[in-house]
Amino acid sequence: MNTLKEAKTLIQENIRDYGMYIALFVIILTFTFMTDGLFMSSRNISNLIDSAGYIAVLAVAMTLVIVIRHIDLSVGYAAGFMGAIAAILMTQAGMPVYITIPVILILGIVIGLFSGFLVASIGIPAFVATLAAMLIFRGALLQVTEKTGTIIIQNDTFNAIGNGYIPSLLQFNGLHLLTLLVGLVGIGFYIYIEISNRRNKMKYQFDVVSTSIFVLKLVFISAIIAYITWILAGYNGFSWTIIIMLLVVVIYHFISTKTVLGRHIYAVGSNPEAAHLTGINVKKITYIVFGSMGMMSALSGILFTARLQSATTTAGTLFELDAIAAAYVGGVSAAGGVGKVTGAVIGAIVMASLTNGMNLLGVGISYQYMIRGGVLALAVIFDVLTRMKR
Amino acid sequence: MSEYILEMNQISKEFTGVKALRNVNFKVEKGEIHCLIGENGAGKSTLMKVLSGVYPYGTYEGDIVFEGNIQKFNKITDSVKTGIAIIYQELALFPDLSVYENIFAGNEVKRGGVIDWNQTVVQAKEMLKKVNLDVNPEMLVKDLGVGKRQLIEIAKALSKDVKLLILDEPTAALNEDDSENLLKLLAELKKQGITCIMISHKLKEVISIADKATILRDGETICTLEGNRGEIKENIIIKNMVGREIDDIYPKRENKTIGGKILELHNWSAYDPQLSRNVVKDVSLHVNQGEIVGISGLMGSGRTELALSIFGNAKGYKLQGDLVWDGKSIVFKHPSEAIEAGIAYVTEDRKGDGLFLGQDIKNNISAANLKSISQNGVINQNEEIKIADGYKNSLSVKAPSLEQIVGNLSGGNQQKVSLGKWLFVGPKLLILDEPTRGIDVGAKFEIYTVMNKLISEGMSIIMISSELGEVLGMSDRIYVMAQGEIKGELSADEATQENIMQLATQ
Repeated sequence: MNTLKEAKTLIQENIRDYGMYIALFVIILTFTFMTDGLFMSSRNISNLIDSAGYIAVLAVAMTLVIVIRHIDLSVGYAAGFMGAIAAILMTQAGMPVYITIPVILILGIVIGLFSGFLVASIGIPAFVATLAAMLIFRGALLQVTEKTGTIIIQNDTFNAIGNGYIPSLLQFNGLHLLTLLVGLVGIGFYIYIEISNRRNKMKYQFDVVSTSIFVLKLVFISAIIAYITWILAGYNGFSWTIIIMLLVVVIYHFISTKTVLGRHIYAVGSNPEAAHLTGINVKKITYIVFGSMGMMSALSGILFTARLQSATTTAGTLFELDAIAAAYVGGVSAAGGVGKVTGAVIGAIVMASLTNGMNLLGVGISYQYMIRGGVLALAVIFDVLTRMKR
Repeated sequence: MSEYILEMNQISKEFTGVKALRNVNFKVEKGEIHCLIGENGAGKSTLMKVLSGVYPYGTYEGDIVFEGNIQKFNKITDSVKTGIAIIYQELALFPDLSVYENIFAGNEVKRGGVIDWNQTVVQAKEMLKKVNLDVNPEMLVKDLGVGKRQLIEIAKALSKDVKLLILDEPTAALNEDDSENLLKLLAELKKQGITCIMISHKLKEVISIADKATILRDGETICTLEGNRGEIKENIIIKNMVGREIDDIYPKRENKTIGGKILELHNWSAYDPQLSRNVVKDVSLHVNQGEIVGISGLMGSGRTELALSIFGNAKGYKLQGDLVWDGKSIVFKHPSEAIEAGIAYVTEDRKGDGLFLGQDIKNNISAANLKSISQNGVINQNEEIKIADGYKNSLSVKAPSLEQIVGNLSGGNQQKVSLGKWLFVGPKLLILDEPTRGIDVGAKFEIYTVMNKLISEGMSIIMISSELGEVLGMSDRIYVMAQGEIKGELSADEATQENIMQLATQ
């Protein structure tokens, strides 16, 4: 009985965080029901996550940009442009893939730092500076693909980033063995982190949830990881896109919660004047956040180009808006200082699920845009309302 | 007997438990210049906000009688309609609009809903003549100096047929010439039958211009002095301003040992490019190791600007003069360099630029010194909790846990968190800017006790405060500032409320 009561207050207190997961759960359930289980099929889920990947990496970096009260509108075409450059380097310059990828990532950082320069050092509003950059990259993308049109990429290693799967080692009852192992390690890692966190908190007499709730949470999350792993193992296993996406999330989550840099980013977002008077170099933080955004645009461009196995003249169109939407659905606040990178990934998956589910149901594209717009508005309304209560 | 144009009877105003005004009576005769005087926080601004309708009828007690009728203002436009205009220290002009657009902003000259710009310019010229201002009405306000802007504000008020003009520290930002001009204009307006209330800290001006002066202290009317009875004199005004009882709430300090000079400023000036004037002028002072130096002065006297100019030039002033830190001449270019050297600055406005209100106690306390508890950029969070918990206990921050969001704490506890954040830096010099503003007596005493303890450990403190009792009770030495300059230095023994106030109101 007590456990129930505790769970209830816990949900009430963290409604903003849990709300997102509940929404995702409801969306999945609805689509699964309406498509007679097709939505939850191995093949579809694998496809869904892959199609969320190149937006998710953008959304993660975009969250930090929004946390420091800025915006980056250039990321979509920047991704498209850098994807095209990657294609050109490999097909026309004959650069090996292992060199191409780092070069493109560094190019992304340079591009991001330039936006950072315009915003932090020149003092142009980020909206305007990145809008200008967006137009420039759109032109640049057309320029580099003008002669050839779509550039087909023949390199299997590169294309595997967007289409390939981790090797299976062994098939086990038709299931993908390495995927199962990775899932198992993931669960173990998750449980270890949670328990050691809880131990630490108890050591300093912090409030912790009761043991039964804690165990419930562990079992619940582990079950979800296990279920997703099992579904994916039933098809081709984890794709490289998923692995890259997970890596990005883990690294960004670590930086934003455990490092001095992360703390400084949130401090700048929370109160820039106070951050300055605290001795934090606000300019430097702005540069770093835009630099990271640029690097993630490059990664997004690589993922998308590899997925299409070609660079097209329209690659990257509206990615920036999808990423911003995912960040807001994931709980970032335009007022600054609030927002988790894990939220952004969930936000990206929510938006991808909507698209995917509606496609399966054959909903017309016109309605799809309206519904996605409605969901974005609802998420932000929900956010504002739950914040006001406090 | 001349009639009263304004009578404010038994006005009381409360802010969540704090009485800002207590049965204030304030009467102004028609056609006089009436000065309103008091220390910071005496209730002058609150009283004027009640009068102008910023605090609507019903949120205060008492009556406002204007021209014989009880007024119930619900908003500012109500008071403007009856002929009351208030001009604040921070002028409410649109810098990117022209002079004539500004004069008639909100009161446009219209014909059938369309603005008649030609007529506007003609009328604007008339108004400018009335305030003796010779500028082209087409000019943009941002291209004019502060003195001229002030006159435009007055012209704007005149365009609305003002009967009672209220000026809140009109000369605070003006130079001598502009101030004199303004006072002359007020005398002229008086001849035209316009009544004027002026809030001012500069007693010389008050003496030269006022017909009457009402003194407020701690939200109460102390007295109204009359010029024609010869009562408006510096010593009488100061005596009434500072008559506040000082409660014996300052903890005694044991065995002081004052060391050598830790900080010296020589001919230190700071020019604010945004205000295009010097906010700190030719300041020379020093702070010894192990002493509390009080910097007193009224609001706008340049105290905070002085602190910011020392603390790594946080606002980007153009600096002149010499800063000697620990025997070495040095230039701090960023707050981080000042922190590195051992200076900490607890801001005046803890909500505005002091704390991260949306974050918890732990993050706030560790924010300025994360470097010391991290390795390769990764924070040792156990260490962080230990340290934050230590400051929470030693400063007795009252909160259920370190995870409490700072925005939800009371003012006193927020101030303690702010203090904890800077103590964690381990400074040699702690600059406290209004350390006890807006916090209760108990928390004040705790903060004073902490200050004494720090001093006995060899730290130096600069305490900026407009509370005279606090400055007298805590400081070893006192500098008094006004208009960005040091007007005098007093030892703890020779300082009294009267002589501080005398220097501060120069």
